[in-house]
Amino acid sequence: MVSFGHAAFLALGAYVVGILAFYGVTSGWLQWPIAIGACALLAAAIGAVSIRTSGVYFIMITLAFAQMLYYLGISLDVYGGDDGMRLKSRSTFSGLVDLSNAVSFYYVCLALMLLAIYLTYRIVNSRFGMVIRAAKSNEARSRAIGFSPYRYRLTAFVIAGAMCGLAGALYANHTNYITPGLASWVQSGDLMFMVILGGMASTAGPVLGAFALVIAEEILKGWTEHWQAILGPLLVLSVIFFKRGLAGLFERPHA
Amino acid sequence: MLEVRGLTKSFGALRASDGIDFDVRERETHAVIGPNGAGKTTFISQLAGDLRPDAGRIVFGGEDVTALPAPRRARKGLARSFQITSVYNEFSALDNVALAVQARSGHSYRFWRDARRDPTLREPARLLLDEVGLGERANVVAANMSHGEHRQLEVAMALALEPRLLLLDEPMAGMGIEESQRMIGFIAGLKGRYSIVLVEHDMDAVFRLADRISVLVYGRMIATGEPQAIRANPEVRAAYLGEDA
Repeated sequence: MVSFGHAAFLALGAYVVGILAFYGVTSGWLQWPIAIGACALLAAAIGAVSIRTSGVYFIMITLAFAQMLYYLGISLDVYGGDDGMRLKSRSTFSGLVDLSNAVSFYYVCLALMLLAIYLTYRIVNSRFGMVIRAAKSNEARSRAIGFSPYRYRLTAFVIAGAMCGLAGALYANHTNYITPGLASWVQSGDLMFMVILGGMASTAGPVLGAFALVIAEEILKGWTEHWQAILGPLLVLSVIFFKRGLAGLFERPHA
Repeated sequence: MLEVRGLTKSFGALRASDGIDFDVRERETHAVIGPNGAGKTTFISQLAGDLRPDAGRIVFGGEDVTALPAPRRARKGLARSFQITSVYNEFSALDNVALAVQARSGHSYRFWRDARRDPTLREPARLLLDEVGLGERANVVAANMSHGEHRQLEVAMALALEPRLLLLDEPMAGMGIEESQRMIGFIAGLKGRYSIVLVEHDMDAVFRLADRISVLVYGRMIATGEPQAIRANPEVRAAYLGEDA
């Protein structure tokens, strides 16, 4: 199922870091696990409601939750409201790494990305992953052999939310600036484009998609300020011609 | 072991199940026959838990399961095959059966080990594929298998659940003569090892396999009895056998 609300978790993860820093808690050892935990909780709550639906309804309801968070962010004047808030200081790791150094920050992100990919890969191929993929393939069949898809899907949703929370924590440290816009549907849309462009059905796909989208954006920005007018049609074309996304280009066709 | 009393289900004005009483004894093969639109699939869907009856009671192994959803019933040992083929098309035959093995081996909140390299799932699955005659086709993606093979695969998945009761919804549907003969032979081999509810159109198969037969016409069980008695029953002949014979 496709969620259109993962910006909510990105924003929450970022805001957790921002708010904790606001109150003087700058240790990343605390901030990041709290960001992940808060997002897991939020995902459990949102998921418990939205996973009862599917298809377009699921997209709409996750979108609605994200928009709720967006307006919550706007209404929180203490934390900058509409204008957002500047991060008082980057997360600290007992002097182990300095995140304000761009190079070490890059390596932290890279390491976490590789870790996330590896984790995802393990999960996808585990018993749990098989249940999730089976439920996607044929839900009636899954129910008939005794899997109740709901709990498994909810768990997957929580895992995804938690990972997004970590991404949010990283994002806050990257931009040093947090706005409610992180929770807006535009952000979710960007995430969706990355996934669709890269290929939904694989672990590598979304990573490829993220690189491709950001690189395409940067190149087009160099050419013209109306870059979106070119990127849009490109995305449409990619959906039409690469049904399985960029990752699909590297797969052998089914025998 | 299965006891159904007063099962009733309506779709609008249509009474698809109208006060059905039905029993399955331990290790019995009980066939349900009836003309098209008699409500056979509606009936079996209620047994499996995919449809909630409007009224009536289903008792399985001494326990009232009327309110239990399908996955819970499956875990209690009630396994079904579908009239319209229902397998995991994207997965190999072996994956399909291994998933069914996994379904009956406790919870699946295991996130780390590769399920496809887990011998406790793969080995039983392989044996079951051999048993239904798909051993050679274990690594073929289900989407690329023939209709007959899909039916065999469904049976393998149902058996993987180590069921106490098998619900076979037209296992011979859409099969060629040779394939259905093989399937009949295979079900004959299961007979006596499992309790079986067999919904089937193929009269030849029903009279060869069933210990007892129930006849469903317009949502009502008009007769239940041994094959000879059913064959001789004038009401049944009028309602159903007359069409074929």
